[in-house]
Amino acid sequence: MNEKMLEVRGLTVCIPTEKGVIRPVNDVSLEIPAGSIVGIVGESGCGKSMTARAVMGLLRHPAKVTGGSVSLCGREITSLAEKEYRKLCGNEISIIFQEPMTSLNPVMRTGRQVEEAIRLHTACSREEAKAKTLEIFRKVEIPEPEGRYNCYPHQLSGGLRQRVMIAMAMVCRPKLLIADEPTTALDVTVEAQILKLLEKLRDEGTSVLVISHNLGVIAKLCDYVYVMYAGRIVEQAETETLFSRPAHPYTRGLFRSVTSLREGSETLETIPGVVPNLLRLPAGCSFSLRCGQCGENCRQKMPELIETEPGHKVRCFLTGKEGTE
Amino acid sequence: MLRTKKKQAEQITDLLLQSQIGEEETFRDLMRRMARENKTAVISFALIVIIILAAILAPLLTPYEENEMDLLHRLAAPSADHLLGTDEGGRDVLTRLLYGARVSLLIGVAPALLSLILGAVLGVAAGYKGGLADAVIMRIADVTLAFPSMLLAMVIMYALGGGILNVFLTLTLVNWANVARVVRAQTLKLKNCEFVEAARVIGVSRDRIMRRHILPNCLPTLLVLFTLNIPASILTESSLSFLGLGIQPPNASWGLMINTGRQYLYNAPWLCFAPGAAIMLIVLAFNFLGNGLLDVLDPRMKKQ
Amino acid sequence: MMKRNLARRLLQALIVLVGVTLLIFVMLRIVPGNPIETMMGEHANAETVARMTAEMGLDQPLHIQFFRYISSAVRGDFGTSYSLGKPVSRLIGSAFVNTFILALFAAAFAWIAGISCGIISAVKKNRLPDRLFMGFSLLGISLPVFMAAMFLQYVFAYQLKWLPISGTDSWTGFILPAVALGWNSAGQVAQMTRTTLLETLQEDYIDTARAKGMGPFGVLVRHALRNAMLPVLTMMAIQFSGLLSGAVITETVFSINGVGRLMVQAISGRDIPLLQATSLLATTVVILGNLLADCLYSVLDPRIRKEG
Repeated sequence: MNEKMLEVRGLTVCIPTEKGVIRPVNDVSLEIPAGSIVGIVGESGCGKSMTARAVMGLLRHPAKVTGGSVSLCGREITSLAEKEYRKLCGNEISIIFQEPMTSLNPVMRTGRQVEEAIRLHTACSREEAKAKTLEIFRKVEIPEPEGRYNCYPHQLSGGLRQRVMIAMAMVCRPKLLIADEPTTALDVTVEAQILKLLEKLRDEGTSVLVISHNLGVIAKLCDYVYVMYAGRIVEQAETETLFSRPAHPYTRGLFRSVTSLREGSETLETIPGVVPNLLRLPAGCSFSLRCGQCGENCRQKMPELIETEPGHKVRCFLTGKEGTE
Repeated sequence: MLRTKKKQAEQITDLLLQSQIGEEETFRDLMRRMARENKTAVISFALIVIIILAAILAPLLTPYEENEMDLLHRLAAPSADHLLGTDEGGRDVLTRLLYGARVSLLIGVAPALLSLILGAVLGVAAGYKGGLADAVIMRIADVTLAFPSMLLAMVIMYALGGGILNVFLTLTLVNWANVARVVRAQTLKLKNCEFVEAARVIGVSRDRIMRRHILPNCLPTLLVLFTLNIPASILTESSLSFLGLGIQPPNASWGLMINTGRQYLYNAPWLCFAPGAAIMLIVLAFNFLGNGLLDVLDPRMKKQ
Repeated sequence: MMKRNLARRLLQALIVLVGVTLLIFVMLRIVPGNPIETMMGEHANAETVARMTAEMGLDQPLHIQFFRYISSAVRGDFGTSYSLGKPVSRLIGSAFVNTFILALFAAAFAWIAGISCGIISAVKKNRLPDRLFMGFSLLGISLPVFMAAMFLQYVFAYQLKWLPISGTDSWTGFILPAVALGWNSAGQVAQMTRTTLLETLQEDYIDTARAKGMGPFGVLVRHALRNAMLPVLTMMAIQFSGLLSGAVITETVFSINGVGRLMVQAISGRDIPLLQATSLLATTVVILGNLLADCLYSVLDPRIRKEG
């Protein structure tokens, strides 16, 4: 029986704009069991990063959580006061961002920045903090830790910077690490190393939530995957199930565009249309405008998430249909 | 919002990329966008137009003559007869303010234009030709810029003597170096652009490239510099006149009015504050307009 | 790497300084007419004028005069004031102290008030403190220095009688002039601080700091300000030029015996040695200020430090 590290129920984030209220995260529910790597995949703008920020309490004004709950190890955290929330951040949940270049303070040495994370949550002396920092540097396989400790971010390569970010996130041994597009800004060779590192962290007991638009990364790392579109979860399944039996037309479209590349076919398959403007969502299913199999019902009502087989849920009226196309 | 010179310089140097890339927005579209987004700039523009009109139509707007003395009513406080009171010679302050507007506007616009032309020509030459021309022009510019503006103006006025024409010359010499620096920076960026290379390869002469390819692409920048140099000139002139080193009587400029009014600061404060407020208003108006133009032409802000 | 850059900048500064000296020298001698004649006015008679001209070496060709000037200047002798009769170096010496104190107070006001207002404005964006402070900044930037000076003098010295109208008998005499002089710079600093701070607060590393669990105050002081202050500090170093321009006027309005006022006197008295020396002093200060600004930026921004 896997203990649930993170449980999100019906999370909704609202952003009031001049032209109306948009919901970049709309009634999202997900679970991360202990010791697993879970992924959220979707195009840019589908709300996956927002979900992560909402869980961390890092939403920028005027975005606000307006519904739902988040529980960490069974403990409800959405209703916590800011001060309490801050005690969790960097301590029990951590996050690493996409752009290691801009995510580190350019005028502060990397060692100091990691130490900050330590000293915010544990009372310890400068020497102890430094020792812990060097230790975590070694753990995330940063070569020559003492030298790197004194470096400024711009003196390190992209891969090393991301390792520093990971070190900073892991130094307080969090239960959950959220990785928002961890390798998107890195070279392919460096990407492989970072992915291995994340797996190693999982093996040592940290649960990981990976957010990516890169299906390859998701396939390699994750045990369970959620697919998001226009702020909602449209499909969720174990990785193998999702990749072999994708049910939602959107998911199928995503996979088609990747496989057409691999098989070297003449035309690149794409999903027609563009990501919908959140201010002008269609009534009914958000994907209806781009869906090749859209029916009348789809245009008028929003489908619910239905379990089509154990562990596999889909938000589509057409899931009765079998077969890959 | 007003910016510092450095930030302005940065924004100004970015302007060229946008104009060179050939955005499809015409000048009119840009102006319309500015009108939509920046109400302060629009108000400023309207204010400037009003002041210009008031200056031109001065004789029609006031029953008094510019130098009409009325010694029986010296230093009178503002009243129905004299909306802004009278000065030490009994002259109506509002009238002198209106006629002084002519001088101040002229003092603002003419040197700004002259320094723009001088600075642009020298800046492009320095940037494009490089080498000795660049070094010499830039060192001269450095020397000019090493002087605090007031001090430079004072020393030049000393050398040239008083009078309106010399004030023009002085203000031009004080302001050209800034223009030259910005234009040079732009030229350096433009020099390596493909359309310039293409022209070079075809065999277009250096002069023609500078004239027909580089300068026109600097126009948006020059427009902004022009709008922002006007208030600088007005301020420098009024400071000079305040010290008695600029415009001489009987010509009236707002700065001169403040200079003479200074003796009566305590019993007739309106003599100083009226022209002072006028200066402030026109300086603000041009600054807001200039920054509005900068915002609208700045590609970085457009991305947002 | 850094030393080479420093040397290069020093050399440039030196060239500019020499250029400046030359320029001042030449400009002051373009004026037609014999300065001795102008100075003596009615009392001039041909013999005395000729004698004094020879004495002062004013009949020598320009380049010889220039070299003589430089060689004396290096030894600290800047000639004798035509209008005041005393050695220029002594006149400037006593005036310099006053101007220095004035500039110091003004700069302190500009920077302390400017930075604090800028920070508060950024943190309380679009609320009352923001609008209030930005209003004052705008006023400072658009008011000519002489207006600010006279306005302050009128309200606080004349009407309210809180502070002296003129003179520097006590240190309180420096307060109003310092505020008048520094108001413009304070406005610039406040606006720039607000802008850069707002920009900095949008950066990704601020999110990282918050993700670590840092509170808003810590984020502001330990991450945002450190980055936001860089351009502000260099701007402040460049403001020397403006402060000197303004000092000329402020000293005149408040009757402070400073270098600026000496300059004005030198001009009306056609006093070449005095004018020359004061101009030289002012420009040297500006050049040094710009040099300092360059060095400051390289030191404070580690990214630039690497390239020198």
